[in-house]
This record gives sequence, structure tokens and C-alpha cells, in this order.
Amino acid sequence: MKIRNTGRDQEEITLQMTSMIDIVFLLLVFFVMTFKIIAPEGDFNVKMPAQGAQGTPQDATTPPIKIRITATETGMLAGIKFAEVPVKNFQELRTKIREIVGDAPGPGTLESTEVEFDCDYNLRYEYVVQAMTAISGHVQNGQVIKLVEKIKFTPPRKPE
Amino acid sequence: MRLAKKSSGIHEGDMTPMIDMVFQLIAFFMVLVNFTEADQNQRIHLPSSELAQPPDAPLDSPITINVTSEGTAIMGTTEVPIQGLIPLLKLEHQVINRKTQGLASQATIIIRGDGVTKFGLIQEVIQVCQDVGFEKFALRAKQQEAISRGISDT
Repeated sequence: MKIRNTGRDQEEITLQMTSMIDIVFLLLVFFVMTFKIIAPEGDFNVKMPAQGAQGTPQDATTPPIKIRITATETGMLAGIKFAEVPVKNFQELRTKIREIVGDAPGPGTLESTEVEFDCDYNLRYEYVVQAMTAISGHVQNGQVIKLVEKIKFTPPRKPE
Repeated sequence: MRLAKKSSGIHEGDMTPMIDMVFQLIAFFMVLVNFTEADQNQRIHLPSSELAQPPDAPLDSPITINVTSEGTAIMGTTEVPIQGLIPLLKLEHQVINRKTQGLASQATIIIRGDGVTKFGLIQEVIQVCQDVGFEKFALRAKQQEAISRGISDT
């Protein structure tokens, strides 16, 4: 039997790469085009049933800590009051909350403390997020230490 | 004139390293690609917070509402004034109620408000949701990191 093409000088067999590379480049271009860097996002959880709703017993023994945040006409931060006492900035607000929650012995205080925000209508949302950040915890050596988890808001103050 | 002898075989360079690299790139972009852009409206510049950690577990039947700095709300692809959310939310409430056998109030409303939006508007959105029957809210913020700040500014 004669076997063909067994010679040493036979050319190397190569696959046709062109079509595969075409498709692969198309895929690459597609993914490059649709690529968008989006910063990771996180949530502040707020549980706020409608006022006067059934089955939402209010814990009368621990009234919420009221934090009043006022705004200037342009929506910038004008002042913060922690339970009627003015505080200078969010850092001081956090210190106040830590005095109440963080240093108290026992696990009970953390769960039972509730904070109610009373903000001006035209206050910028970013200040509210800063305030929520200040009261809900702080980062120490890369670890998040939680302070207050229960947050609620008063009904909106309609501008007159 | 003597022409160079044309070879009959196909001469091509070694494609292997290039294909390796291209596949690596495709894999990179495929892993990072994000198709859930309907929920992440690019018009909204979220306020940043160092404590905004992505949730550990997926939220129960989340509904995302974007609140723009102009005072309108975007739900899905429809942009409506805040009071215009009521019919949309009622519909969602009914759908979730049917799907979860009456546990629609446990659904989470994710509120993505622009940093310069008046907080009163966010409160109005919350109030509208409360009137419809929702009671769990998640106020969304961007993770505060040097790199994410730089990107969001562009």
C-alpha cells in the first residue's frame, strides 16, 4: 500500500485563524464599548411604616433621639441640633452618639436606640447622608463599627 | 528581471501570543461588564459615604426609584413628577402582592437620590411609597473611595 504525504518536507498544517480572530476582535470591541466603571454602591436601611398604620407598635420606653438639621436658602448646611443641643459638625454628632451608644455596657443599647431626623425641606440630600453616616457607625482600622441602626425621618417640612 | 519565487504555502506569523492576550482581554471585560444599567441612572450623582457597603444578601423584590436634582422621579425608564409615582407603585404593589402572597410591604424601595436634591423631595417619595403600602427603604449612596470619587466626577 502506498501512503501519500509522509515525506519529511511536508508543510506544517495550520488552521485558518482569520475567521476566529475576526469574531474575537468583534467581541473584544463590543465589551470595550459597553464597559463602564461604576463605583460600588451601598445602602442605608430605613424602616418607616406609614404613620398610624396598624401593627406597628411604638416602643414608648425608648423615644427616638431627635436630630434637627437646618439649611440655608440654597440648601447648604446651616446647623445641627442633637436633642436640642447645637453641635458644630458631623464629627461632633458622632462623638455624641458614641457617648450614648458605643460606651454603654451590654448589647441592649445598640438595638433600642432610634434616631429621628428632622431636616429642612431644601437641605441637600448629601448632608443627610453625611448625618446618617455619622450616626450609623465609624470605620476603625478598616473595620466598620456600628452605632445606630434604626433611622427614621419626620414628615417633610413643606416650605411656606 | 528575475522575480522572487512565490511560495505556494501560506506564511503567517505566530498568532498564539496575540490570541492569548485577546482572550485574556475578553475575559476581563466580560467579567466586569455590567448590564444592570437600568437601575443605575447615570444622571444621578449619588452622595458618597464611607459606610455604604454593598448589601450581603440580595434585597427582597427591590424597586429602584431615582430622584433627580430637578425634582422628578425615574422608575424603570419612565420619568414622572413625584406624585406621578402613585399609579406605578400601586401596580408594583399588586404584582408583588400576587407573587409573594400578600407580603408586598416587605419589598424594599431603593432610593437613589442625587446629592444636590432637596431632602424634602426624598421625603415626599418616601411618603408616597408609604401611602401605597411600602415600608422598607434603602437610601443608596456611593462607596467613598479615592478611586471611585475620581471616576464619578468624569
